[in-house]
Order: sequence, then C-alpha cells, then structure tokens
Amino acid sequence: MTLDQVPIGQEVKITSVGGEGELRCRLLDMGLIPKTLVRVQKVAPMGDPIELHLRGYELTLRKEDAAKIEVV
Amino acid sequence: MVYALVGNQNCGKTTLFNQLTGSNQHVGNFPGVTVDAKTGEIRGDRGDAVVDLPGIYSIRPYSNEEIVTRSFILKERPDGIINIVDATNIERNLYLTLQLLEMHIPVVLALNMMDEVRSNGGTIDIDKMQEELGIPVVAISAVRNEGIEDLIHAIKEVAERHVYPKVTDFCEKGAVHRCIHAVSHQVEDHAERIGMSPRFAATKIVEGDRDIIDSLHLSENELDLMEHSIVEMERDSEMDRNAALADMRYAFIEKVCAQAVIKCKESREHIRSVRIDSVLTNKYLAIPSFLLIMLFVFWMTFGVIGTFLSDLLSAGIDRLAAVTERALTAYGINPVVKSLVIDGIFAGVGSVLSFLPIIVVLFFFLSILEDSGYMARIAFVMDRPLRRLGLSGRSFVSMLIGFGCSVPAVMSTRTLSSERDKKMTIMLIPFISCSAKIPIYALFTAAFFRRFQALVMIGLYALGILTGIICAAVLKKTVFRGKPMPFVMELPNYRFPSPKSVLLLMWDKAKDFIQRAFTVIFIATLIIWFLQTFDMRLNVVSDSGDSLLAMIGKLLAPLFIPLGFNDWRAATALISGFSAKEAVVSTLSVLTGTGMSGLGGALDTIFTPLAAASYLIFTLLYTPCVAAVTTIRRELGSAWRTTGIVCMQCGVAWLVAFIFYQIASLCLQFL
Repeated sequence: MTLDQVPIGQEVKITSVGGEGELRCRLLDMGLIPKTLVRVQKVAPMGDPIELHLRGYELTLRKEDAAKIEVV
Repeated sequence: MVYALVGNQNCGKTTLFNQLTGSNQHVGNFPGVTVDAKTGEIRGDRGDAVVDLPGIYSIRPYSNEEIVTRSFILKERPDGIINIVDATNIERNLYLTLQLLEMHIPVVLALNMMDEVRSNGGTIDIDKMQEELGIPVVAISAVRNEGIEDLIHAIKEVAERHVYPKVTDFCEKGAVHRCIHAVSHQVEDHAERIGMSPRFAATKIVEGDRDIIDSLHLSENELDLMEHSIVEMERDSEMDRNAALADMRYAFIEKVCAQAVIKCKESREHIRSVRIDSVLTNKYLAIPSFLLIMLFVFWMTFGVIGTFLSDLLSAGIDRLAAVTERALTAYGINPVVKSLVIDGIFAGVGSVLSFLPIIVVLFFFLSILEDSGYMARIAFVMDRPLRRLGLSGRSFVSMLIGFGCSVPAVMSTRTLSSERDKKMTIMLIPFISCSAKIPIYALFTAAFFRRFQALVMIGLYALGILTGIICAAVLKKTVFRGKPMPFVMELPNYRFPSPKSVLLLMWDKAKDFIQRAFTVIFIATLIIWFLQTFDMRLNVVSDSGDSLLAMIGKLLAPLFIPLGFNDWRAATALISGFSAKEAVVSTLSVLTGTGMSGLGGALDTIFTPLAAASYLIFTLLYTPCVAAVTTIRRELGSAWRTTGIVCMQCGVAWLVAFIFYQIASLCLQFL
C-alpha cells in the first residue's frame, strides 16, 4: 500500500521511500525513512494535500508525493 | 567574534535572535540571492555579532535558504554556531544538528521551549545530552527570555577556546560507517586544503552534493574509488546512499533520545492545536473561517484602523503643507520653488507616505498570522487550487493583500519558501486590482455606466484575476518551466506570537518603506512634478496643456487609437497615474479644466462609453504605481526583472483592452 491510500486515523510503518532528487531528499530529511511510524491525521478540505503525524510533529504532503512512499 | 544562529523553521529562531540582540539589527543582503540574513550585536557586548540565518531542515543545496546558510558557514566560517532546536520536537530538529557537528566549528545547542516540555511532564537530561552530542547544551525559553545569559556565556566560551564538537561519528559499526570512513580518508588532503572538515566532505560526497564535490577538485581516479565504496555500502545496507545516510542520522538521534529524553504524553499545546484545527482546517469550516479571518484583517486594515491613521497622517501632512506654503509666501520666495515644495514634495511624497499606516497595521496582522502558525494552515487548505498555476498555497495570502495595496502584498512574499513561488507571485500581484484604483472606477462608472455600476466594478475585478490566471499559465509554461519546489511542509503547533517579534517586524517594514519614500519615490515624484510644471523651453506653464507631461501625452496618444481613445489628456492622466493611481482622476480634472463635480460631464467629450470601458481595462492592468514598482525592485533584487514586469504589465494591458475594444465594437455593429 502507498501512503496516499491510508485511511484517516490509521498508523502505518514506512517500508520504502521513492521519488527522486530534491523531493526524495526532503522526505528523508523530514524523517520519513523506512521503519518510521506515520499516522494520517487529516485530508485538506479540497481533498489534497494530507496531514501526517510522525516523530512527534505534523507534516503535510501532496497525495502525488505520498504515493511514492510504500507503507504496511 | 561572529556567531551564526542556525535552526529549523518554526523553532523560535527569530524570537531568540531578537532576545540576543534587542533592536540592534540590520539586514545584510547576500549577493546573488534575495534571502536576507540579519546581523545584530549581542546585547551588552560590543563587537560580538550574531547572524540570523534562514530556517532550514538540512544542509542541502536546493532552496535559497539552504544555500545561504551553508555558504555562510562554509565561506565566512563563523567563530561559533548557536544551533537552536525545538525541545518539544527534538528528533527532527537534531537532524540538522548532526550535520552542523560535522562541519568542525564550535557549536552550542540551545534547547528552546524547555518550559513547555517540563510543564507537560517531560524532561531532557541536559548532562546526558551534552555527553552524547559532545557539545554544550543550554536550556532556554526564547519567548520568556530565560537562559539567554547562559547561552551567551556558553557560546563565548567555546568560540574563544576553540572547543570543537567532540562527537562526529554517528554511525554504528557497519556498511555506512565503513564507507564514510573510507571516503573521508581519501578526501582528507583535498578537504583540508580548502579548510573543510573531511567528515563533512565525505558525507556530502556520499550524498552526491555537486557543489561540494566540485569545490574539492578530485581526480577521476579518486572519484571512481569513492564511488566504489559508496556502491558497496548501498549493496551491504540494502538502501540507496541518501536513505542510508538519513537512516544513520535518525538511528543515532533515536539512540540519544532514548537515553536523554523522557517524552511527555501528548502535550497541552498539541491538544490545543488539534482542537483549533478541528475548526480551522475542518472540511467544511476551513474555507469560511479563512475568508472570515481575512475579511476581518482587511476590514481592520483598510477600513477601521489603517484608514483612520492614514487620514490622520494625510491631514497632518496637509496641515504642514499649508503652514509651509504660508511661510514661503510670506517670505516671498520664487513661485517655482514654492511649487516644488508644495506641489512636488508635499503632494508626491505625502500621498505615498499616507500608505504607511496601512502597511504597518497590515503587517501587524500578518506577523500574528505567521507567528501563530496559521499561515502554514492557509497553505495546507489552499494548496490545491493554486497548484494548477504552479504556485503553492502560501501565495494566496499575498495575492489577497493585493486587493488592498500591491506594496505590502509584494513585501509579504518575503516569507514564501521558494524563490520560484516568490517571483511568480510578485509578477501576478499587479493584476489584482488594488484599492487605489477604486476612485478611477467610481468616476468612470458614474459617468458612463450609471445603471450597471456594480456589475462593471465586479467585471473589472474578475477580469484582473482572469488575466492573472492566464498569465500564470503562460509563465508556468515559459519563464518558470522548471520543477516547482516540493510541498513538504511542517504544520507547527499554534503558539502565541511574541509581541517583541511582531513589533520589530512592523518597525522593519515601516523603516523600509519610509526609506524608499524618501529616496526612489521622492525622485520619481520630483520628475513628475518637473514634467507637469515646465514646458519645452523650461518656462513655467500657465496652461497645463503646454507642459512637458502633456507633450509626452500627445506623443503617446496615437498608441491608444486601437483601444478607442485618442486624446492626449487620457494618455497624460495615465502617465501621472504612475506616481499613484488616484492621480489619474486628479490629472483628468486638471486637464479638462473642470472640478471634480463637472468631471463626469467633461469625460463624455473625451470617451465613448466603449472607449471608457477600454480605458478602465487599461488602467486596471497597466504598470503598478511607483511605490509598488520600487517594492518589486527591492524584493526581486533586480532592476532588469522589474523593468520586465512593468513592460509585461503595459503590454498585457494594451492587448486585453485592444481585444476588448475591437470585439465589442464588432458586436455593437451587428446589434
């Protein structure tokens, strides 16, 4: 499953982070690395982006970018 | 001694900077980028300076902020780094710290918001933290001004005694460890030659950082050898190089935190934030509450406080002008000099200066929105509609402000995180009809479209927005073709803004504007005055129709024949509109020789209703006023680009008015 498909409120574990270049580095720098637990907190009113909770803080990502993160 | 203040966004860095320096600050601009780094003198200490570097999450060469921060540290080599971290969000904050430790510069860690951690029942073992990270750690609360003296003492100590970070090896024995050590051994000579720490050079080589690799002047052979170690690491760790390094850093941080940090349960601040967000980013309430908040800000700024103060200020300026005029008359001074002072300086600078209260009040609200954390929510909520234009949600606020005045709107783009977004937003703001154009619309709609006054007004605003959207789409395909910056943004907890930071920001913006009012804008108004007052032979004109400005108007008038108005007075009014948009109305009144009451009737002789509509469209879209243009120049840091924007605006205005007039004339023929 990829992160954009996770239902709201569910906590999942990252297995791999895709994407490339700047986007990928940003995702990794913000702590989205394999084995990290992430909870999908909310979806923005217009259906995109999504709000995540990880490592004790809130992060927002666009769905197209979240689709590059594999989770279980 | 020069210290660099480095930290993530939203960790209280600016607040700490204000506490460290008081009001002893000035903005330094770095060549090539338009991100500012403020410098200030540490309070109570002559000669020690702190540089407030932009908030970043990692030392990478992507965003402007990152480039400024890293090149400052690498090239200017500060005597010490104050690394401020948000203690309530320590894991992610320490990620940057680990990269700073590799740079072989004395570092002190300032644990901000420790009061919040403690009040929620958490603790951080400072001694343990110092031991694990190998640098002094000081608990502070920037907002409450606690621990600042200790912090100053600590940074002085390490900087004066050259105490470098003791721990730089964050990797467990294993593939990553082997690789970094192999590479750092190979690069040692090269790195030391350019005064760079080998460990830092090694990690940047592993990350594939082109800037650093180029600056090291490595041979093909050496690069091949290093690449070999890196590929080996990727194979053994079963991760690619970037993931392996991020994993290594976070693994180390988790280890440190497991030993030194007792996390609290969910903090009060977080619970409060979630509660506020249950309204402000709620599926149904988010957009109405956003509009409500912006409406309130607008109403206060352009309606209640701002206008009141503006009126007060212009009344004051008028009074001063009257007194000066009387004094000059009594003194019997040459009438030209009197005209220069009264009609040139007082009228010109005075009209621009009356914007000042609006700017100050607007920035009061904006800095509250920014510091409280709401700005990030706006970006979250509005991202989707703006993404199509190649922008991110944050630009929305700047554009909204444009409905009030382009000057603060352009100034507010300073907080946009990507340079591309900033440039594009600045280019689009002038399409949004500012409040200074309302008198023009009011005059024309009353004279020509009495029955459809509101409709024409709304149509003009809509046309401005529509043209902006079309231009954005064109710009996205041409000038700003590159990839937009990824939208990976933190949503910080809501916090009370620090009054000191809010006040300092207001003061900053006010100072900036006053400076420009008395330099560039001053000169521009003098030029307009000169053109209005003299004729070709430099005689003072008695009939304003003979002035140099009117000459230029007559010269330009034929340009507007395709737009339906061929009258030098119309063209001249447009030129004087450059000093301030309201001037279009006053110039028309002067040139037609009518007072404001008779002006509507006089316009009938210049324009047909269709030409009037075309004229309105042109004024809606053509060049921003001089105050806005100088602000654009300041924010873009480029005279060329600013000229480009002015030309683009005029070109677009001409084109749209032309298309409108020609199509509308055709339609009328068939009717």
